[in-house]
Amino acid sequence: MKPSPRVTAGATLLLLTSMVLSVLLLRQVDRLRAGATLQEVLYLSSPKAIKRLSLGYSGLVADIYWTRAVQYFGNKHHTGEEHYKLLAPLLEITTALDPKLRVAYEYGSNFLAAPPALGAGMPQEAIRLIQFGIRNNPDQWHLYYDLGFVYYLELKDYVAAAKAFEAGSRLPNAHPFMKLMAGNMAQHAGDYQMARMLWTATYESATEKVVRANAKAHLRAITVDQDVIALDDVVAKYRDETGHLPNSFSELMSAGLLRGLPLDPLGHPYVLVSDGSIEVNDPDNLPFIQKGTPPGYVPPSSPHLPTSD
Amino acid sequence: MSPRIIHIALNTFREAVRDRVLYNLIAFALLMSGGAVLVGQISIDIERLVVINLGLTAVSLFGVVIAIFIGIGLVSKEIERRTLYTVLSRPVHRWEFIAGKFFGLAGTLVVNTLLMAAGVFVALWYVSPHLQKSDVWLLVALYFIVLQFLVITSLALLFSSFSSPLLSAVFAFSLFAIGSFAEDLRGFAGMTHGVERWLATAAAYLVPNISALNVISQVAHEQPVSGQLALYNTGYALFYSAMALCGAVLIFERRDLK
Repeated sequence: MKPSPRVTAGATLLLLTSMVLSVLLLRQVDRLRAGATLQEVLYLSSPKAIKRLSLGYSGLVADIYWTRAVQYFGNKHHTGEEHYKLLAPLLEITTALDPKLRVAYEYGSNFLAAPPALGAGMPQEAIRLIQFGIRNNPDQWHLYYDLGFVYYLELKDYVAAAKAFEAGSRLPNAHPFMKLMAGNMAQHAGDYQMARMLWTATYESATEKVVRANAKAHLRAITVDQDVIALDDVVAKYRDETGHLPNSFSELMSAGLLRGLPLDPLGHPYVLVSDGSIEVNDPDNLPFIQKGTPPGYVPPSSPHLPTSD
Repeated sequence: MSPRIIHIALNTFREAVRDRVLYNLIAFALLMSGGAVLVGQISIDIERLVVINLGLTAVSLFGVVIAIFIGIGLVSKEIERRTLYTVLSRPVHRWEFIAGKFFGLAGTLVVNTLLMAAGVFVALWYVSPHLQKSDVWLLVALYFIVLQFLVITSLALLFSSFSSPLLSAVFAFSLFAIGSFAEDLRGFAGMTHGVERWLATAAAYLVPNISALNVISQVAHEQPVSGQLALYNTGYALFYSAMALCGAVLIFERRDLK
Protein backbone atom coordinates (compact mmCIF):
# COMPACT_ATOMS: atom_id res chain seq x y z
CA MET A 1 0.00 0.00 0.00
CA LYS A 2 1.29 3.42 -0.96
CA PRO A 3 1.39 6.01 1.80
CA SER A 4 -1.09 8.81 1.35
CA PRO A 5 0.73 12.03 0.31
CA ARG A 6 -1.80 14.09 2.27
CA VAL A 7 -1.19 12.15 5.48
CA THR A 8 2.58 12.23 4.93
CA ALA A 9 2.59 15.99 4.37
CA GLY A 10 0.24 16.64 7.28
CA ALA A 11 2.12 14.38 9.70
CA THR A 12 5.49 15.81 8.67
CA LEU A 13 4.27 19.37 9.11
CA LEU A 14 2.71 18.56 12.48
CA LEU A 15 5.85 16.71 13.58
CA LEU A 16 8.11 19.66 12.74
CA THR A 17 5.73 22.20 14.29
CA SER A 18 5.40 20.10 17.44
CA MET A 19 9.17 19.69 17.64
CA VAL A 20 9.80 23.44 17.42
CA LEU A 21 7.02 24.26 19.88
CA SER A 22 8.11 21.60 22.36
CA VAL A 23 11.68 22.97 22.32
CA LEU A 24 10.41 26.53 22.80
CA LEU A 25 8.19 25.45 25.68
CA LEU A 26 11.00 23.45 27.21
CA ARG A 27 13.16 26.56 27.23
CA GLN A 28 10.39 28.36 29.13
CA VAL A 29 10.19 25.44 31.58
CA ASP A 30 13.97 25.63 32.08
CA ARG A 31 13.71 29.35 32.72
CA LEU A 32 11.04 28.74 35.36
CA ARG A 33 12.87 25.84 36.96
CA ALA A 34 16.41 27.28 36.93
CA GLY A 35 18.34 25.30 39.51
CA ALA A 36 15.35 23.09 40.32
CA THR A 37 17.42 19.93 39.99
CA LEU A 38 19.75 21.23 42.65
CA GLN A 39 16.87 21.92 45.01
CA GLU A 40 16.50 18.20 45.57
CA VAL A 41 19.65 18.46 47.69
CA LEU A 42 17.42 20.29 50.16
CA TYR A 43 14.87 17.49 50.07
CA LEU A 44 17.21 14.52 50.06
CA SER A 45 20.49 15.53 51.62
CA SER A 46 21.59 12.29 53.23
CA PRO A 47 24.52 10.86 51.24
CA LYS A 48 23.77 7.41 52.69
CA ALA A 49 20.16 7.52 51.51
CA ILE A 50 21.22 8.67 48.05
CA LYS A 51 23.82 5.91 47.91
CA ARG A 52 21.12 3.32 48.65
CA LEU A 53 18.78 4.86 46.11
CA SER A 54 21.50 4.72 43.44
CA LEU A 55 21.00 0.92 43.38
CA GLY A 56 24.71 0.21 43.14
CA TYR A 57 25.33 2.73 40.36
CA SER A 58 26.92 5.11 42.84
CA GLY A 59 29.83 5.92 40.51
CA LEU A 60 27.52 7.26 37.84
CA VAL A 61 25.39 9.14 40.36
CA ALA A 62 28.57 10.62 41.89
CA ASP A 63 29.60 11.88 38.46
CA ILE A 64 26.19 13.48 38.04
CA TYR A 65 26.40 15.14 41.46
CA TRP A 66 29.94 16.34 40.75
CA THR A 67 28.80 17.91 37.50
CA ARG A 68 25.90 19.52 39.36
CA ALA A 69 28.38 20.93 41.89
CA VAL A 70 30.51 22.38 39.07
CA GLN A 71 27.44 23.88 37.39
CA TYR A 72 26.17 25.28 40.68
CA PHE A 73 29.52 26.86 41.49
CA GLY A 74 30.02 28.08 37.91
CA ASN A 75 26.61 29.76 37.73
CA LYS A 76 26.97 31.44 41.13
CA HIS A 77 30.54 32.48 40.40
CA HIS A 78 29.55 33.88 37.02
CA THR A 79 26.86 36.08 38.54
CA GLY A 80 29.19 37.19 41.35
CA GLU A 81 27.04 35.75 44.14
CA GLU A 82 28.58 35.35 47.57
CA HIS A 83 26.37 32.63 49.04
CA TYR A 84 26.96 29.02 48.08
CA LYS A 85 24.52 27.26 50.38
CA LEU A 86 24.32 24.01 48.41
CA LEU A 87 28.00 23.68 47.49
CA ALA A 88 29.15 21.82 50.62
CA PRO A 89 26.19 19.35 50.62
CA LEU A 90 26.66 18.70 46.90
CA LEU A 91 30.35 17.92 47.44
CA GLU A 92 29.58 15.82 50.50
CA ILE A 93 27.10 13.72 48.51
CA THR A 94 29.51 13.43 45.57
CA THR A 95 32.40 12.19 47.65
CA ALA A 96 30.23 9.90 49.78
CA LEU A 97 28.96 8.27 46.59
CA ASP A 98 32.47 7.93 45.17
CA PRO A 99 35.16 8.46 47.83
CA LYS A 100 37.87 7.92 45.20
CA LEU A 101 36.77 10.85 43.02
CA ARG A 102 39.97 12.85 43.52
CA VAL A 103 38.91 15.70 41.30
CA ALA A 104 36.00 16.47 43.64
CA TYR A 105 38.41 17.00 46.56
CA GLU A 106 40.91 19.02 44.59
CA TYR A 107 38.54 21.39 42.83
CA GLY A 108 35.86 21.18 45.49
CA SER A 109 38.25 22.39 48.19
CA ASN A 110 39.27 25.27 45.94
CA PHE A 111 35.65 26.24 45.31
CA LEU A 112 34.87 26.07 49.03
CA ALA A 113 38.00 27.70 50.44
CA ALA A 114 38.52 30.75 48.23
CA PRO A 115 37.16 34.00 49.71
CA PRO A 116 33.80 35.34 48.45
CA ALA A 117 33.65 36.57 44.89
CA LEU A 118 36.27 33.96 44.04
CA GLY A 119 34.74 31.13 46.03
CA ALA A 120 32.40 30.19 48.86
CA GLY A 121 34.66 31.48 51.67
CA MET A 122 34.24 28.25 53.64
CA PRO A 123 37.81 27.07 54.37
CA GLN A 124 36.75 24.87 57.29
CA GLU A 125 34.32 23.01 55.02
CA ALA A 126 37.15 22.65 52.50
CA ILE A 127 39.40 21.15 55.16
CA ARG A 128 36.66 18.72 56.21
CA LEU A 129 36.25 17.67 52.60
CA ILE A 130 39.97 17.07 52.05
CA GLN A 131 40.34 15.23 55.36
CA PHE A 132 37.52 12.92 54.27
CA GLY A 133 39.41 12.45 51.00
CA ILE A 134 42.65 11.64 52.83
CA ARG A 135 40.88 9.07 55.01
CA ASN A 136 39.60 7.36 51.87
CA ASN A 137 42.70 7.88 49.73
CA PRO A 138 45.62 7.81 52.19
CA ASP A 139 48.18 7.24 49.41
CA GLN A 140 47.35 10.43 47.46
CA TRP A 141 49.96 13.10 48.17
CA HIS A 142 47.97 15.64 46.14
CA LEU A 143 45.33 15.72 48.86
CA TYR A 144 47.91 16.64 51.50
CA TYR A 145 49.13 19.34 49.17
CA ASP A 146 45.56 20.69 48.84
CA LEU A 147 45.16 20.56 52.62
CA GLY A 148 48.40 22.44 53.20
CA PHE A 149 47.39 24.94 50.58
CA VAL A 150 44.10 25.78 52.28
CA TYR A 151 45.79 26.07 55.69
CA TYR A 152 48.48 28.31 54.23
CA LEU A 153 46.49 30.52 51.92
CA GLU A 154 43.06 30.88 53.49
CA LEU A 155 43.61 30.26 57.21
CA LYS A 156 47.23 31.47 57.48
CA ASP A 157 47.82 28.53 59.79
CA TYR A 158 51.42 27.92 58.82
CA VAL A 159 52.06 25.21 61.42
CA ALA A 160 49.12 23.12 60.19
CA ALA A 161 50.19 23.78 56.59
CA ALA A 162 53.74 22.58 57.33
CA LYS A 163 52.34 19.44 58.98
CA ALA A 164 50.15 18.69 55.95
CA PHE A 165 53.05 19.13 53.50
CA GLU A 166 55.29 17.03 55.75
CA ALA A 167 52.72 14.21 55.98
CA GLY A 168 52.26 14.25 52.21
CA SER A 169 56.01 14.29 51.54
CA ARG A 170 56.38 10.95 53.35
CA LEU A 171 54.11 9.18 50.86
CA PRO A 172 55.62 7.11 48.07
CA ASN A 173 55.63 8.98 44.74
CA ALA A 174 55.16 12.34 46.51
CA HIS A 175 56.52 15.23 44.47
CA PRO A 176 59.90 16.46 45.83
CA PHE A 177 58.53 19.97 46.34
CA MET A 178 56.34 18.65 49.18
CA LYS A 179 59.42 18.16 51.38
CA LEU A 180 60.79 21.52 50.29
CA MET A 181 57.58 23.28 51.18
CA ALA A 182 57.32 21.53 54.52
CA GLY A 183 60.83 22.73 55.35
CA ASN A 184 60.44 26.27 54.05
CA MET A 185 57.05 26.81 55.61
CA ALA A 186 58.55 27.30 59.07
CA GLN A 187 61.18 29.70 57.76
CA HIS A 188 59.33 31.74 55.19
CA ALA A 189 55.69 31.41 56.19
CA GLY A 190 53.69 34.32 54.89
CA ASP A 191 56.31 35.80 52.60
CA TYR A 192 56.28 36.09 48.85
CA GLN A 193 58.95 33.43 48.37
CA MET A 194 56.71 30.81 49.96
CA ALA A 195 53.67 31.91 47.98
CA ARG A 196 55.67 31.82 44.76
CA MET A 197 56.89 28.33 45.57
CA LEU A 198 53.34 27.09 46.17
CA TRP A 199 51.87 28.56 43.02
CA THR A 200 54.85 27.38 40.95
CA ALA A 201 54.30 23.88 42.29
CA THR A 202 50.63 24.12 41.37
CA TYR A 203 51.44 25.43 37.90
CA GLU A 204 53.94 22.66 37.26
CA SER A 205 51.92 19.78 38.67
CA ALA A 206 48.47 20.66 37.31
CA THR A 207 47.26 19.25 34.04
CA GLU A 208 44.01 21.18 33.78
CA LYS A 209 44.20 24.42 31.77
CA VAL A 210 42.04 26.38 34.20
CA VAL A 211 44.18 25.41 37.19
CA ARG A 212 47.36 26.33 35.35
CA ALA A 213 45.84 29.64 34.28
CA ASN A 214 44.81 30.38 37.86
CA ALA A 215 48.31 29.54 39.11
CA LYS A 216 49.84 31.70 36.41
CA ALA A 217 47.61 34.63 37.38
CA HIS A 218 48.68 34.26 41.02
CA LEU A 219 52.35 34.12 40.01
CA ARG A 220 51.90 37.31 37.99
CA ALA A 221 50.16 38.93 40.94
CA ILE A 222 53.07 38.03 43.23
CA THR A 223 55.49 39.55 40.71
CA VAL A 224 53.44 42.76 40.59
CA ASP A 225 53.24 42.98 44.38
CA GLN A 226 56.98 42.48 44.69
CA ASP A 227 57.69 44.97 41.88
CA VAL A 228 55.46 47.63 43.45
CA ILE A 229 57.16 47.19 46.84
CA ALA A 230 60.60 47.49 45.20
CA LEU A 231 59.54 50.58 43.19
CA ASP A 232 58.03 52.19 46.31
CA ASP A 233 61.44 51.74 47.96
CA VAL A 234 63.17 53.34 44.97
CA VAL A 235 60.78 56.31 45.02
CA ALA A 236 61.30 56.71 48.79
CA LYS A 237 65.07 56.61 48.32
CA TYR A 238 64.87 59.27 45.58
CA ARG A 239 62.75 61.51 47.80
CA ASP A 240 65.22 61.09 50.66
CA GLU A 241 68.10 62.02 48.36
CA THR A 242 66.49 64.93 46.48
CA GLY A 243 63.82 66.15 48.86
CA HIS A 244 61.06 65.85 46.27
CA LEU A 245 59.07 63.15 44.50
CA PRO A 246 60.10 62.05 41.00
CA ASN A 247 57.88 63.17 38.10
CA SER A 248 58.74 60.19 35.93
CA PHE A 249 60.68 56.95 35.85
CA SER A 250 63.31 58.64 33.64
CA GLU A 251 64.28 60.84 36.63
CA LEU A 252 64.83 57.66 38.64
CA MET A 253 66.88 56.23 35.79
CA SER A 254 68.94 59.43 35.52
CA ALA A 255 69.58 59.22 39.26
CA GLY A 256 70.92 55.70 38.70
CA LEU A 257 68.19 54.15 40.83
CA LEU A 258 66.55 52.27 37.93
CA ARG A 259 68.20 50.50 35.03
CA GLY A 260 65.28 50.84 32.63
CA LEU A 261 61.56 51.43 32.35
CA PRO A 262 59.91 48.95 34.74
CA LEU A 263 57.35 46.68 33.05
CA ASP A 264 54.61 44.59 34.60
CA PRO A 265 54.19 40.87 33.71
CA LEU A 266 51.85 41.84 30.84
CA GLY A 267 54.65 43.96 29.32
CA HIS A 268 52.98 47.30 30.13
CA PRO A 269 55.06 49.98 31.90
CA TYR A 270 54.11 50.69 35.52
CA VAL A 271 52.54 54.10 36.14
CA LEU A 272 54.22 56.58 38.49
CA VAL A 273 51.42 58.69 40.00
CA SER A 274 52.03 62.31 41.07
CA ASP A 275 51.80 61.36 44.77
CA GLY A 276 54.72 58.95 44.26
CA SER A 277 52.65 55.78 44.32
CA ILE A 278 52.99 53.03 41.73
CA GLU A 279 50.07 51.66 39.76
CA VAL A 280 49.60 49.05 37.06
CA ASN A 281 48.25 49.99 33.67
CA ASP A 282 45.65 47.28 33.28
CA PRO A 283 44.51 46.00 36.72
CA ASP A 284 41.55 44.07 35.25
CA ASN A 285 43.96 41.74 33.47
CA LEU A 286 46.14 41.29 36.53
CA PRO A 287 43.76 39.55 38.93
CA PHE A 288 44.66 38.84 42.57
CA ILE A 289 47.14 41.76 42.84
CA GLN A 290 47.28 43.29 46.33
CA LYS A 291 49.33 46.33 45.36
CA GLY A 292 49.45 48.73 42.42
CA THR A 293 45.72 49.24 41.99
CA PRO A 294 44.20 52.74 41.66
CA PRO A 295 42.41 54.06 44.78
CA GLY A 296 38.85 52.67 45.05
CA TYR A 297 39.49 50.05 42.39
CA VAL A 298 36.90 47.23 42.33
CA PRO A 299 38.09 44.08 40.56
CA PRO A 300 35.73 42.30 38.15
CA SER A 301 33.56 39.61 39.79
CA SER A 302 35.10 36.94 37.56
CA PRO A 303 38.87 37.27 37.32
CA HIS A 304 40.29 37.46 33.79
CA LEU A 305 42.64 34.50 33.75
CA PRO A 306 45.56 34.38 31.34
CA THR A 307 46.00 31.57 28.86
CA SER A 308 48.04 29.04 30.75
CA ASP A 309 50.90 28.36 28.35
CA MET B 1 -12.43 13.63 16.67
CA SER B 2 -13.58 11.11 14.08
CA PRO B 3 -15.97 8.38 15.29
CA ARG B 4 -13.53 5.77 13.96
CA ILE B 5 -10.81 7.02 16.32
CA ILE B 6 -13.28 6.97 19.22
CA HIS B 7 -14.25 3.37 18.38
CA ILE B 8 -10.63 2.23 18.27
CA ALA B 9 -9.92 4.09 21.51
CA LEU B 10 -12.88 2.49 23.28
CA ASN B 11 -11.88 -0.94 22.03
CA THR B 12 -8.33 -0.39 23.25
CA PHE B 13 -9.67 0.62 26.66
CA ARG B 14 -11.96 -2.43 26.81
CA GLU B 15 -9.14 -4.71 25.77
CA ALA B 16 -6.89 -3.28 28.49
CA VAL B 17 -9.59 -3.89 31.09
CA ARG B 18 -10.11 -7.44 29.73
CA ASP B 19 -6.34 -7.97 29.98
CA ARG B 20 -6.70 -7.26 33.71
CA VAL B 21 -4.50 -4.16 33.51
CA LEU B 22 -6.49 -2.58 36.29
CA TYR B 23 -5.50 -5.45 38.58
CA ASN B 24 -2.43 -3.35 39.39
CA LEU B 25 -4.80 -1.36 41.56
CA ILE B 26 -4.91 -4.26 44.00
CA ALA B 27 -1.14 -4.18 44.37
CA PHE B 28 -1.32 -0.40 44.69
CA ALA B 29 -4.05 -0.59 47.36
CA LEU B 30 -2.01 -3.11 49.35
CA LEU B 31 1.10 -0.94 49.06
CA MET B 32 -0.71 2.20 50.16
CA SER B 33 -2.65 0.68 53.05
CA GLY B 34 0.40 -1.27 54.23
CA GLY B 35 2.62 1.80 53.89
CA ALA B 36 0.15 4.07 55.69
CA VAL B 37 -0.34 1.68 58.63
CA LEU B 38 3.34 0.83 58.93
CA VAL B 39 4.69 4.34 58.67
CA GLY B 40 2.24 5.54 61.30
CA GLN B 41 3.75 3.09 63.75
CA ILE B 42 7.44 3.35 63.02
CA SER B 43 8.18 6.95 62.13
CA ILE B 44 7.83 10.34 63.76
CA ASP B 45 6.32 13.34 62.05
CA ILE B 46 6.93 12.24 58.48
CA GLU B 47 3.81 10.15 57.97
CA ARG B 48 2.30 12.59 55.47
CA LEU B 49 5.62 12.99 53.69
CA VAL B 50 6.10 9.25 53.32
CA VAL B 51 2.53 8.62 52.19
CA ILE B 52 2.75 11.38 49.57
CA ASN B 53 6.18 10.31 48.33
CA LEU B 54 5.30 6.62 48.32
CA GLY B 55 1.85 7.17 46.83
CA LEU B 56 2.80 9.51 44.01
CA THR B 57 5.94 7.53 43.15
CA ALA B 58 3.87 4.35 42.97
CA VAL B 59 1.26 6.08 40.78
CA SER B 60 4.02 7.23 38.47
CA LEU B 61 5.92 3.93 38.26
CA PHE B 62 2.82 1.72 37.94
CA GLY B 63 1.54 3.98 35.17
CA VAL B 64 4.86 4.10 33.33
CA VAL B 65 5.12 0.31 33.42
CA ILE B 66 1.56 -0.02 32.08
CA ALA B 67 2.16 2.66 29.42
CA ILE B 68 5.26 0.87 28.19
CA PHE B 69 4.10 -2.74 28.38
CA ILE B 70 0.69 -2.08 26.86
CA GLY B 71 2.00 0.60 24.49
CA ILE B 72 4.64 -1.62 22.88
CA GLY B 73 2.02 -4.27 22.05
CA LEU B 74 -0.60 -1.95 20.64
CA VAL B 75 0.51 -2.41 17.04
CA SER B 76 2.50 -5.66 17.14
CA LYS B 77 -0.25 -7.58 18.95
CA GLU B 78 -2.80 -6.56 16.33
CA ILE B 79 -0.45 -7.77 13.59
CA GLU B 80 0.27 -11.01 15.44
CA ARG B 81 -3.43 -11.77 15.93
CA ARG B 82 -4.14 -10.59 12.38
CA THR B 83 -6.91 -8.34 13.73
CA LEU B 84 -5.15 -5.34 12.20
CA TYR B 85 -6.03 -6.56 8.70
CA THR B 86 -9.69 -6.71 9.65
CA VAL B 87 -9.55 -3.17 11.00
CA LEU B 88 -7.66 -1.76 8.01
CA SER B 89 -9.87 -3.55 5.50
CA ARG B 90 -12.64 -1.24 6.68
CA PRO B 91 -12.60 2.47 5.84
CA VAL B 92 -10.08 3.22 8.58
CA HIS B 93 -6.90 5.15 7.88
CA ARG B 94 -3.69 3.96 9.40
CA TRP B 95 -3.20 7.28 11.17
CA GLU B 96 -6.62 6.91 12.71
CA PHE B 97 -5.61 3.49 14.00
CA ILE B 98 -2.50 4.99 15.68
CA ALA B 99 -4.48 7.92 17.11
CA GLY B 100 -7.23 5.63 18.39
CA LYS B 101 -4.73 3.30 20.06
CA PHE B 102 -3.05 6.29 21.71
CA PHE B 103 -6.26 7.75 23.07
CA GLY B 104 -7.43 4.32 24.22
CA LEU B 105 -4.31 3.67 26.26
CA ALA B 106 -4.19 7.27 27.51
CA GLY B 107 -7.79 6.87 28.69
CA THR B 108 -6.94 3.62 30.47
CA LEU B 109 -4.06 5.35 32.23
CA VAL B 110 -6.19 8.33 33.23
CA VAL B 111 -8.83 6.04 34.77
CA ASN B 112 -6.10 4.04 36.49
CA THR B 113 -4.52 7.23 37.82
CA LEU B 114 -7.83 8.58 39.10
CA LEU B 115 -8.45 5.38 41.07
CA MET B 116 -4.91 5.36 42.44
CA ALA B 117 -5.19 9.07 43.32
CA ALA B 118 -8.29 8.25 45.35
CA GLY B 119 -6.20 5.60 47.13
CA VAL B 120 -3.47 8.15 47.90
CA PHE B 121 -6.00 10.56 49.37
CA VAL B 122 -7.59 7.83 51.49
CA ALA B 123 -4.16 6.83 52.84
CA LEU B 124 -3.38 10.49 53.47
CA TRP B 125 -6.65 10.93 55.30
CA TYR B 126 -5.79 7.85 57.40
CA VAL B 127 -2.43 9.24 58.58
CA SER B 128 -3.64 12.83 58.87
CA PRO B 129 -7.44 13.17 59.09
CA HIS B 130 -7.39 16.91 58.36
CA LEU B 131 -6.68 17.58 54.73
CA GLN B 132 -4.64 20.73 54.22
CA LYS B 133 -4.84 23.57 51.75
CA SER B 134 -1.49 22.51 50.31
CA ASP B 135 -2.95 19.12 49.38
CA VAL B 136 -4.28 20.77 46.25
CA TRP B 137 -0.71 20.65 44.92
CA LEU B 138 -1.00 16.87 44.99
CA LEU B 139 -3.56 17.20 42.23
CA VAL B 140 -1.06 19.20 40.20
CA ALA B 141 1.58 16.52 40.76
CA LEU B 142 -0.94 13.87 39.66
CA TYR B 143 -1.78 15.92 36.59
CA PHE B 144 1.93 16.13 35.72
CA ILE B 145 2.16 12.35 36.16
CA VAL B 146 -0.66 11.95 33.62
CA LEU B 147 1.30 14.20 31.26
CA GLN B 148 4.29 11.87 31.75
CA PHE B 149 2.08 8.96 30.73
CA LEU B 150 1.04 10.74 27.53
CA VAL B 151 4.68 11.24 26.58
CA ILE B 152 5.68 7.67 27.43
CA THR B 153 2.63 6.18 25.69
CA SER B 154 3.37 8.10 22.50
CA LEU B 155 7.00 6.94 22.60
CA ALA B 156 6.00 3.32 23.20
CA LEU B 157 3.64 3.59 20.26
CA LEU B 158 6.37 5.13 18.10
CA PHE B 159 8.78 2.28 18.83
CA SER B 160 6.01 -0.27 18.48
CA SER B 161 5.33 1.01 14.95
CA PHE B 162 8.67 -0.27 13.64
CA SER B 163 10.33 -2.51 16.23
CA SER B 164 9.78 -5.75 18.10
CA PRO B 165 8.00 -5.55 21.49
CA LEU B 166 11.18 -6.41 23.39
CA LEU B 167 13.28 -3.73 21.71
CA SER B 168 10.43 -1.23 21.99
CA ALA B 169 10.29 -1.84 25.74
CA VAL B 170 14.05 -1.36 26.03
CA PHE B 171 13.94 1.87 24.00
CA ALA B 172 10.97 3.26 25.89
CA PHE B 173 12.42 2.43 29.33
CA SER B 174 15.78 3.88 28.33
CA LEU B 175 14.19 7.12 27.20
CA PHE B 176 12.17 7.29 30.41
CA ALA B 177 15.36 6.83 32.46
CA ILE B 178 17.34 9.33 30.38
CA GLY B 179 14.41 11.76 30.42
CA SER B 180 14.46 11.68 34.22
CA PHE B 181 17.89 13.31 33.98
CA ALA B 182 16.92 15.62 31.10
CA GLU B 183 17.69 18.80 33.03
CA ASP B 184 21.14 17.50 33.91
CA LEU B 185 21.68 16.59 30.28
CA ARG B 186 20.87 20.10 29.12
CA GLY B 187 23.20 21.43 31.81
CA PHE B 188 26.00 19.14 30.62
CA ALA B 189 25.36 20.18 27.03
CA GLY B 190 25.72 23.81 28.08
CA MET B 191 29.20 23.08 29.40
CA THR B 192 30.53 21.71 26.10
CA HIS B 193 31.87 23.72 23.19
CA GLY B 194 31.80 23.75 19.41
CA VAL B 195 30.17 20.93 17.45
CA GLU B 196 29.84 18.81 20.58
CA ARG B 197 27.70 21.54 22.09
CA TRP B 198 25.30 21.50 19.14
CA LEU B 199 25.08 17.73 19.11
CA ALA B 200 24.69 17.42 22.88
CA THR B 201 22.08 20.21 22.98
CA ALA B 202 20.08 18.62 20.15
CA ALA B 203 20.17 15.25 21.92
CA ALA B 204 19.24 16.84 25.24
CA TYR B 205 16.20 18.54 23.71
CA LEU B 206 15.14 15.43 21.82
CA VAL B 207 14.82 13.19 24.89
CA PRO B 208 11.56 13.62 26.81
CA ASN B 209 11.80 16.08 29.67
CA ILE B 210 10.46 13.78 32.37
CA SER B 211 12.28 15.60 35.17
CA ALA B 212 10.20 18.80 34.85
CA LEU B 213 7.06 16.66 34.99
CA ASN B 214 8.10 15.24 38.34
CA VAL B 215 7.24 17.57 41.22
CA ILE B 216 6.62 14.86 43.81
CA SER B 217 9.34 16.01 46.23
CA GLN B 218 8.22 19.58 45.84
CA VAL B 219 4.57 18.95 46.70
CA ALA B 220 5.51 16.50 49.46
CA HIS B 221 7.21 19.48 51.10
CA GLU B 222 4.11 21.60 50.55
CA GLN B 223 5.84 23.81 48.00
CA PRO B 224 3.48 25.40 45.46
CA VAL B 225 3.76 24.72 41.74
CA SER B 226 3.45 27.78 39.53
CA GLY B 227 0.54 28.07 37.11
CA GLN B 228 3.01 29.02 34.39
CA LEU B 229 4.89 25.75 34.87
CA ALA B 230 1.61 23.82 34.61
CA LEU B 231 0.82 25.67 31.40
CA TYR B 232 4.23 25.15 29.81
CA ASN B 233 4.39 21.51 30.91
CA THR B 234 0.94 20.89 29.43
CA GLY B 235 1.97 22.44 26.13
CA TYR B 236 5.28 20.61 26.16
CA ALA B 237 3.76 17.19 26.88
CA LEU B 238 1.07 17.65 24.22
CA PHE B 239 3.48 18.81 21.53
CA TYR B 240 6.07 16.16 22.42
CA SER B 241 3.41 13.45 22.27
CA ALA B 242 2.13 14.86 18.97
CA MET B 243 5.68 14.78 17.62
CA ALA B 244 6.17 11.12 18.60
CA LEU B 245 2.73 10.17 17.27
CA CYS B 246 3.44 11.88 13.94
CA GLY B 247 6.66 9.87 13.76
CA ALA B 248 4.65 6.70 14.46
CA VAL B 249 2.11 7.65 11.75
CA LEU B 250 4.84 8.37 9.17
CA ILE B 251 6.50 5.00 9.85
CA PHE B 252 3.27 3.03 10.05
CA GLU B 253 2.02 4.55 6.80
CA ARG B 254 5.06 3.10 5.03
CA ARG B 255 5.09 -0.24 6.78
CA ASP B 256 4.51 -3.29 4.61
CA LEU B 257 1.98 -5.36 6.50
CA LYS B 258 1.92 -8.34 4.11
